[in-house]
Amino acid sequence: MTSSTSGPKGKPIEARSQRSQWSDRSFTWLTRLMAFGVAAVLVFIGVQVAIDAMPAIRRYGLEFLVTSSWNPVDDAYGALPVIYGTLVSSFIALLLAVPIGVGTALFLSEDFLPRPVRTVLSFMVEMLAAIPSVVYGIWGIFVLIPFLGPIGDWLHQNLGWIPLFGTAYLGPGMLPAALVLTVMILPIITAIARDSLISLPPALRQAALGMGATRWTAIFRVLIPAAFSGIVGGIMLALGRAMGETMAVTMLIGNSNDLNISILAPANTVASLLANQFAEAGDLQIAALMYAGLVLFGLTLVVNILAEMIVQRVNVYK
Amino acid sequence: MTATDYRTRADRARRAIADQTSGPGYFDLFWTGVAGFFTLLALIPLVLVLAYVVFRGFSRLNWAAFTQLPPPPLAPDQGGFANALIGTLIMVGIGALVSVPFGVLAAVYLSEFSQGQVPRWIRFATNVLSGVPSILMGVFIYGLFVITTGTYSAVAGGFALGVLMLPIIVRTTDESLQIVPKQVRWAAIGMGASKFQTVLRVVLPAALPAIATGLTLAVARAAGETAPLLFTALFSQYWLDSLLQPTASLSVLVYNFARVPYEGQQRLAWAAALILVGIVMLTSILSRWATRKQIY
Repeated sequence: MTSSTSGPKGKPIEARSQRSQWSDRSFTWLTRLMAFGVAAVLVFIGVQVAIDAMPAIRRYGLEFLVTSSWNPVDDAYGALPVIYGTLVSSFIALLLAVPIGVGTALFLSEDFLPRPVRTVLSFMVEMLAAIPSVVYGIWGIFVLIPFLGPIGDWLHQNLGWIPLFGTAYLGPGMLPAALVLTVMILPIITAIARDSLISLPPALRQAALGMGATRWTAIFRVLIPAAFSGIVGGIMLALGRAMGETMAVTMLIGNSNDLNISILAPANTVASLLANQFAEAGDLQIAALMYAGLVLFGLTLVVNILAEMIVQRVNVYK
Repeated sequence: MTATDYRTRADRARRAIADQTSGPGYFDLFWTGVAGFFTLLALIPLVLVLAYVVFRGFSRLNWAAFTQLPPPPLAPDQGGFANALIGTLIMVGIGALVSVPFGVLAAVYLSEFSQGQVPRWIRFATNVLSGVPSILMGVFIYGLFVITTGTYSAVAGGFALGVLMLPIIVRTTDESLQIVPKQVRWAAIGMGASKFQTVLRVVLPAALPAIATGLTLAVARAAGETAPLLFTALFSQYWLDSLLQPTASLSVLVYNFARVPYEGQQRLAWAAALILVGIVMLTSILSRWATRKQIY
C-alpha cells in the first residue's frame, strides 16, 4: 500500500480504457462539429439565398437596386421602393425610440424610484420584446390605425404643404408601421443602454458629483459619454431588428410598391414584400424576391456585425 | 487661439457652473420629468396591447375554440383553431428536436472544450445569426426544403423554427454552462472522470435549471413566430394527417384572419392572439422567477 501507483483499496491505477479514451475523443469532435455547424448555418443561409437569387441577379444586375417597377406580368422587377421603405421605416422608428429608450434606461438605472419598482418596470419594458410580432400587427389594424385617423387627417390638412404629409391618411401606411416598429425596438435600446449604464464604475459618478455637478449634469457630461459605445451598440442592434421585422409591418404598411415621400401614404419594405408575394410567386418572381431577400440579408448582416463589434468591445471592460 | 478666446471660454464655463449650482434646480427637475415621461410612454403600449388582446380575445375562448376547425367566412361564432394549435405544437416540437441537441452540443464545445480565438468567432457568428431576420429563415428553408420536396409541410416549418431557435439555445446554454464554477469540473476530473463523464454527469446536470429556462424561452419565442412559417408551412383549413402537407399554425391564423372582413374569423384571430401572448408572457414570467434563485 505504499506505492504511489496504487489507487483506493490498493488497486493499481490503470491507464484509461481504450473505450473511454475513444468516447472522449469522439464526444469532443461531435461538439466541435456542432459548434462549427452553427457558424456554417449563417454562411449557408447567405449562400442558399444567393444561389436561388441567381436568375434574377443575372438578368437585372445592380439595376435591380435603383429601379422601381414591380410588375410580375412584364417580368420587370426593381427593389428601390422596398429598400427605401425598409430604410425610412427603420429610421423613423429609431428617431422616436432612441430618445424614449435612452430616457427610460436613465430613469430605470438611476435611483429615482425604489429598487423593487425599478426591477418590475424594467421587466415590463422587456416584455414588450416578448409580445409576438403578429399580435402587434392585429392590434395595429384594429386599434392603432383607427386611432391615428384624426391625427393623420389633421397633419394632412394643416401641414399638407410639407411633402412628408402630402397625401391623405388612408389607414395602412408608413406612419402606423413606423410607430409599431418604434414600440418593438424600444425594449432592445432600453435593455442595452440600461446594462451599459449600470455597469459603469461608481467612481465615475462619485467623482462628477464631488466636482459639484448636479445629477443631470453628471448624467449628460459623464455617464452618457462613458456608456456611449454600449448605447450605440444597442441602437445598432435595434436598427437590424427594425429592418428585418416582418409581420407587424406587413399588416400595417399597406404594401404599395409606389415610392412616395409622404409618411401618410402606403409603402412597403423588403420583408413585407417577401411575406406578401412569396407563396404565390412564379419562377422569375421567386428569384427576384430572393434577390431582395439577399439585399436584406446583406443590410442586416452589416448592421449586426457592426453592433456586435461595438457591444463586444464594451464587454471587455466589464 | 488668442487670449480673448480663452477668456470667453472661461466666462462661458463659469456661467455654466453658476447656472447649475445656483437656482432652484429647474434643470434637474426638467430632465427628471422628461425621463419619467418617456418611461411612462414606453409602458403605455404594453398595457394597451395586453388589455386589448384580453378584452377582445377572452370572450371567444370557449370549448369549440380548442376542439374545432376554423370557421367558414360567414359563420359568426362557430369553429375554433384546434388544427392550428396542433400544428404549432408539432412544428415547435420538430424545431426543438432539431435545434436542442445541435445547440446544446455546440454550447458544450464553446464553454468546455474550446480555446483560443475559435470560440470567440463562433459566438460572434451565433450572435449575428440571431440577428438575421426571421423571414429569411423562411426563405432559406424554402430554397432548401420546399423546392426539394415540392410541397409546403410541417417538417419545413419545423426546420425554419429550428434555425430560429438555434442561436438562442446556443447562447443561453453557453451562458448557463459558464456559471458552473471551475471547481466542480476539477473535482470531477480529480475523481477520475473522463471529459465525457464530467460534462454529461456533472456539468450539464448542474447547469440544467438555467439551460431548461433558456430552452423554454426559445420554444416560446418560436411558438409566436409567423414569418418563418408563411411559405414553409403555409396554412390549412383541415386536420393534419401527414407531416408532409401544408400545416396550420396559430400565428399564421392570426395573420390570415386579422386581414379578412368577416367578424367571426376576426374574433377567432383575437382569441388565438391571446393564446400566443399567454404562452409568451407565462414562460417569460416563470423563467424570470426560476432564474431568480440560482444554485451557484
